[in-house]
Amino acid sequence: MAQTRPLSPHLGIYRWQITMTLSILHRATGIALAVGTLLVIVALLALAAGPESYAKVQAFCVSPFGLFLLFGWSWSLCFHLCNGIRHLAWDAGWGFEIPRVYVTGWTVVIASLLTTIAIWLCVAMRGGAA
Amino acid sequence: MNATQFQTPLKRARGLGAAKSGAHHWIVQRVTAVALIPLVLWIVYFALRVAFADYAQARALVHDPLNAVLLLAFVLALFWHAQLGLQVVIEDYVHTQWLEIAAQLAVKFFCVLGAVTCALAIVRIALGQ
Repeated sequence: MAQTRPLSPHLGIYRWQITMTLSILHRATGIALAVGTLLVIVALLALAAGPESYAKVQAFCVSPFGLFLLFGWSWSLCFHLCNGIRHLAWDAGWGFEIPRVYVTGWTVVIASLLTTIAIWLCVAMRGGAA
Repeated sequence: MNATQFQTPLKRARGLGAAKSGAHHWIVQRVTAVALIPLVLWIVYFALRVAFADYAQARALVHDPLNAVLLLAFVLALFWHAQLGLQVVIEDYVHTQWLEIAAQLAVKFFCVLGAVTCALAIVRIALGQ
């Protein structure tokens, strides 16, 4: 059955488009953020448990691997938020024209990068947001 | 004798997709998405405050009544939205029946446990001391 019907898209010869990239990235970042909820769970549990366990979470967060994860999750969060708003606009019936789809797509990419940079500038300036 | 031959087409369709309740999942996914827009903006601000706090200050931040409410709302919307999203991903990509059921159960259990764990931790801190 699978062999008798044409398969689309033919990924091997398919021209790259930002639309397909953002589509799969929305899912990928969604999955990454779901995994990232583990840190939310662990951090809140540790905060409720006591100073010793909280110190362990803090130590993990400032370790190179912890920072790598936090940076990845922060961009995933910014991207999923921006592209999620784009999806909600589509759900409301706005923005389906092809040129507009491309403009909003690139806007999402740039906005997600700028917001991620803004978050880490706050971190770098220590206490900038506190 | 086949039991399904006495069922109407509507009876067979119920619970398997767009039979009266088909749009419910889609709508709840959007409702939680809209709720998460302001909550995510707030949680980024809140997380940055917590990041620069020591243990006592971090507890005091979660202990604050308004922060506790927003944090609880964020956590509930987060796990609800995550479960709905992961469910669709599994429906789309996992086609082995037992594997799909196992994955759907695992996601649901993880999200409910995550929500309960976070909620209880927040309440403990919010009502403690």
